Amino acid sequence: MAISQQKINELENRIGVDFPTMAYDIERGMIQRFVNAVGDTNPLWQNEDYAKKSGYGGIIAPPNLILTLGFDRVLEAYISDASITVLHGSTELECRRPVQAGDVITANAKIINVRQRQGKEGATVFVTFEITYRNQRREAVADCRQMAIIY
Amino acid sequence: MSKQLFYKDVAEGENITPLVKQPTTTQLVMWAGASGDYNPIHYDKDYALKQGLPGVIVHGQLAGAFLGQMLTDWMGDQGYLKKLSLSYKGMNLPGEPLTCRGTITRKYIEDNKHLIALKIWVENPRGEKTLTGTAVVTLPTKG
Repeated sequence: MAISQQKINELENRIGVDFPTMAYDIERGMIQRFVNAVGDTNPLWQNEDYAKKSGYGGIIAPPNLILTLGFDRVLEAYISDASITVLHGSTELECRRPVQAGDVITANAKIINVRQRQGKEGATVFVTFEITYRNQRREAVADCRQMAIIY
Repeated sequence: MSKQLFYKDVAEGENITPLVKQPTTTQLVMWAGASGDYNPIHYDKDYALKQGLPGVIVHGQLAGAFLGQMLTDWMGDQGYLKKLSLSYKGMNLPGEPLTCRGTITRKYIEDNKHLIALKIWVENPRGEKTLTGTAVVTLPTKG
């Protein structure tokens, strides 16, 4: 059970190649499912009046929600093979403005780095994806780097 | 939600209010659905064991979201999380309490923003740091 050299070459060949744009409707229900899963009861994420009184236009999403947009699809597209183990290595997120309920967020992803280390049981590969998020007004919302460890 | 925190209220070296979470396997399934991360190591015990894991494990990004909750609870509604870096170091098991902690490493002003840098981490009951990272938040100034 290991990643093949052919697969590694495939990943390397995709460095800098744009993944098709992904779009997400940020519905209140989506935010609610997210905060229920986390167990986060902050009213900013679920109470429209409270969020308005706090100076936001309405319900906003917690900052970590954006990290769930797109990374799963990119991983699945690039590394969908039951014989390969995929672990999450690291995340870097830079937030530029809050995500609001009702926003349509687009995610643009590409691989920016592939590193490999040879070990006794085959190669371990470190793949870094860059994902840029914008809202429906084309305003920058967040930039993110996700590193996956694959073997 | 809580009382608003201001820039002048915090000092370098201070620890922020910790957050203890105790994720259940049900919560992992809820997270899988909410996040779209359907890697079976988080809900299929047989599969997880075959992969050499001690059982199903907590999604790294869920533990990261716990750190996010700690930060947003602490900084109040007018605080803003600007940067978050996370390194997934070890495994967290459902049923075990996870403690999210943070320490203020620096306070500074840049481009007229009042910024706080923090070191943040998740600890398991054995005191091991399973997730470590840093954050930068903006806090309001009073008056």
